[in-house]
Amino acid sequence: MKRFADLLELLALTPSRTRKIEALKRYFAEVPDPDRGIALAVLTGEMDIRNVKPALLRETVLAEVDPTLFALSYDYVGDLGETIALIWPHKAAGELPSLHALVELLNHASKAELPKVIGGLLSRAAIHERWALVKLATGALRIGVSARLAKTALAEMSGIDLQEIEEVWHGLKPPYENLFAWLEGRAGRPEVDHAARFHPLMLSNPIEDKDFEKLDPRDFSAEWKWDGIRVQIVMGAQGVSMFSRTGDEISAAFPDVVGNVMGEGVLDGELLVGHDFEARSFNDLQQRLNRKVAQGKQMQDLPAFVRVYDMLFDGDEDIRALGWEGRRARLDAWFARNRQTRLDLSEILPFGDWDDLGRLRRQGADEHGHEGVMIKLRTAPYVPGRPKGFWYKWKRDPNVVDAVLMYAQRGHGKRSSYYSDYTFGVWKGNEIVPIGKAYFGFTDEELKQLDKWIRANTTGSFGPVREVKKELVFEVAFDSAQRSGRHKSGVALRFPRINRIRWDKPAQEAARLEDMDAFVGASQA
Amino acid sequence: MGFIIDRNLYVPEIDAWIDPSEPRARAIITHGHADHARSGHGAVLATPDTIEIMKVRYGEDCAGRFEPLDFHEPLKINGATVTFFPAGHILGSAQVLIEAEGQRVVVTGDYKRLRDRTAQPYEPVSCDLLITEATFGLPVFQHPDPRDEIARLLKSVAAQPERSHLIGCYALGKAQRVIALLRDAGWNKPIYLHGAMIRLCALYQALGVELGELLPATGMGKAEMMGQIVIAPPSAIRDLWSRRFPDPVVCQASGWMSVKQRARQALVELPLVISDHCDWDELNVSVLESGAETVWVTHGREDALVYWCKSQGLKAEPLALPGLDDDGGEGGE
Repeated sequence: MKRFADLLELLALTPSRTRKIEALKRYFAEVPDPDRGIALAVLTGEMDIRNVKPALLRETVLAEVDPTLFALSYDYVGDLGETIALIWPHKAAGELPSLHALVELLNHASKAELPKVIGGLLSRAAIHERWALVKLATGALRIGVSARLAKTALAEMSGIDLQEIEEVWHGLKPPYENLFAWLEGRAGRPEVDHAARFHPLMLSNPIEDKDFEKLDPRDFSAEWKWDGIRVQIVMGAQGVSMFSRTGDEISAAFPDVVGNVMGEGVLDGELLVGHDFEARSFNDLQQRLNRKVAQGKQMQDLPAFVRVYDMLFDGDEDIRALGWEGRRARLDAWFARNRQTRLDLSEILPFGDWDDLGRLRRQGADEHGHEGVMIKLRTAPYVPGRPKGFWYKWKRDPNVVDAVLMYAQRGHGKRSSYYSDYTFGVWKGNEIVPIGKAYFGFTDEELKQLDKWIRANTTGSFGPVREVKKELVFEVAFDSAQRSGRHKSGVALRFPRINRIRWDKPAQEAARLEDMDAFVGASQA
Repeated sequence: MGFIIDRNLYVPEIDAWIDPSEPRARAIITHGHADHARSGHGAVLATPDTIEIMKVRYGEDCAGRFEPLDFHEPLKINGATVTFFPAGHILGSAQVLIEAEGQRVVVTGDYKRLRDRTAQPYEPVSCDLLITEATFGLPVFQHPDPRDEIARLLKSVAAQPERSHLIGCYALGKAQRVIALLRDAGWNKPIYLHGAMIRLCALYQALGVELGELLPATGMGKAEMMGQIVIAPPSAIRDLWSRRFPDPVVCQASGWMSVKQRARQALVELPLVISDHCDWDELNVSVLESGAETVWVTHGREDALVYWCKSQGLKAEPLALPGLDDDGGEGGE
C-alpha cells in the first residue's frame, strides 16, 4: 500500500506527463500481481468498492472526531476525502495490508463492520497512506490522471501498441493477470468476446491543397463531417455498449440510444442530439456529455442518436478487411434488416471533381454550419489508427476574428513561469467583452515575447491572473461560434487558437460584438 | 474581572503595545516577522536577536530607541514586570509574560514546540490569561517530523540528479531552519540562495547559527546547478527567476503544504510540510499546560480553538487584531 500511496502522490503533484508515465511504468514493472492489477483498476476507474460511500466515511470519522471541529475543518480544506485523511488522529500504528488484501477486506466486510474496519486501517496508516486509502475507497481520485495515461504506460512498458491494448481492455477484469502476462510476453493476447470489447477507431488525416492533384476523385466517396462526438456501438448477444473514441464506456449516460437499437454488430458513427435526426449544436450535445447518468428531462429535450458511417462487425463477422465500399454495402443491408429509431445513416455526397466537392463544402458550411467533408478511399480497409491515404478530413476554412488580449494566466508544467493562457475579447460599445480563451497557436519564441509584453503591460493581478492594457490584438481562428449564457459577451467560440499576433494592429480596429453575429448565424442554421 | 491587558494588546500600566500594527510610543515586539515587527515605533522592547533582525530588515534607525531584554530577565516598569521566554518560532522569538495586580498574562506571539536549532527552544509558562496564536488552529493540521520531510527531499534530489531543487520558503526563519535541517541530515554541498535570503542568513550565522557554505544562486550556469539545492522566496520559484535552473523541481516548505489540493493548485511538485507554528495538538497541549482559565485566540483559525477551549471548561474568545497576516499566503510567516 505504501508504494501505491507514493505513486498516487507523485501522479497528483508532477506536472510533467512524461514523468507520470515513467512513474507508472516503474510501478507496473516492479510491483507483483495481483497488487499492480488492483492499482491499474483504481487508476482506470474500474475499481468499485461497493459499500464504501462518502456518507459511510463521514460516519466513520465522526465516531472519532468532534462534529463541529470536523465541519470547520471541512470548510477550510474543501475536499471530504482530504479532510478525513488529514484530520484522522495520527497513530501510524502499523503496516497496511497489500493493495489486493485491502480491497478484499473492504469488499467482504459487511456494511455494519465497515466503519470499524476503515477506522482500523486509517489508524495504522501514515499520513499520505491515509490520503491514498480514502481515494481508493471512494474511487474518486481527482489527481489528473486519465485511464488513457495508465494504458499508455502499459504500452510503453511492453512495446505493444496502445491500440492493441485498448482492443482487449473492455473484455478484461481486475486484477488483469492475463493482461500483464501478455504484456510481459509470458502468454498470448487474452481472448475476449468481441461483443464486450472496444475496437480502436480508424482516424483521418487533414487533406492539404497539394494532395488533390495526386488523388483521383473517382476513387473516393464523400460525406459531411458531423459535429458531434465519435462513438462505437457494440451490439452483441450480451447487450449493447457504447464507447467514446478513447474506449471509455458511455452507455450509462445514453440509455435512450443503447436501449433502443436492434440487431447485432459493431458500428462506427457520430453521437448527436436532436429530435427526428435533426442534429442540434455541439453546445446542446455537451449538456448530455460528461454526465455519468442520464437525466429524464434532458433525454426528452435532447434525445440522442447516432449517425452511422461505418461497420466493423456484421453480426459476429469481422468485416474490417473489406474495402469501404464493401463495408458500406453490408451496412446498408444491415439497416434494411434492422429498423432503427436511434440510428441513421450518414448520407453519401455525390460529386464530380474536387472543385465540385469544394463548392459543396463551402455551401454546407455557410448554409448548415457543417464542419467540412470527409473523403474516404473506396477500397480502404478499416485500419485502426491514422493510416495515410485512406481517410481525409477537409475542414471548412477557419473563421477568424481580430480580438483584444484582456487577461493572461500562467500555464502548467514547463510553462508555469510563462503567461501562456490568454483571454481575449471584442468591442461592445466602448468596453471589451470576453469571447474566449486560448493557449496555443503560437511558437515558443512568440510565447517569450508575449510573456514579456504581458509583464510590462499589467494593470492588475488577481491570484495567478493578470489583467493587461487593452492594446494587443490577436487574430483568433475558431471552428464555429455559438450563443452562450456563460460569457458576458453572449458568444462562445469552438476550438479557438491564436492564428497570428497582430503587434501592428491598433486595438480600436479589433472586431465588434455585432461582427460575431454572422458566425453565430451560420452554425445556428 | 478586568485584565491588565486589553483586547488590542495594550498594557495601560506600562503604556505599551505588543506587536502593534501602527507606530506607537512604546512597543514590545515578540519577533522579527513583518506582521509583528514594524518600523517607526518610539521605543522598542525586544530580545537582542529580534532587535538585530529588525535593524537588518528596516535599518539601524527603524525605531527611536531599542531596549534589549534577555530571556528570563524580569524587567520592572512602573507596577508591572515584563519577562521574555523563548517561543521557539524563529531566532529571538519570545513569549511575553506580564505580571501586575497579581495577574499573570502570557502573549505567545508565534510559537512552536518542535526542536529547531535555529531558534531558542519553547518553554511553557504558567499564567491566568493566555493569548495564543492559532495559525494552524484546526485538527487537520498534524505536522509530521521535519526530518522525514527533509529525507523525502534528499531522496528526490538523489533520484533526479539532472534537476535543481528549488525550495520556496520565507526569508526569515524558515529558510535558515530548512538549511539547518539539511545540514543535520548530512547535506554538505553548498546551498544556493536567492538574493532576498542572503542578508538574513548572514545575520543568523553572525549570531552563531551554523548554516555551512552558502552561495548566491544567481550567476551560476545551468549545468553547475544540476543536483543542487536552492532556497528562494515562494514568489520566485515559479516565476521568471526560476528559468535559470535546469528543469527545476518546485518545492515549498510550509505547514500549508499538508493539504495536497493546495499544493497542486500552487503548482508545487514536492511539498515539504515544515512549519514554524504549533499544530493542533501542540496548541491544545500548550493551552492546558499554561493552566490559564481564560484564553484569547488570535492569528488564524480562531473559531476551532475557541470552541475547543470552551469544551475544556475554559473561558475563550477570538481577538480580531488588525494587520496580522492570518493566512501567511504562500510563505506562512
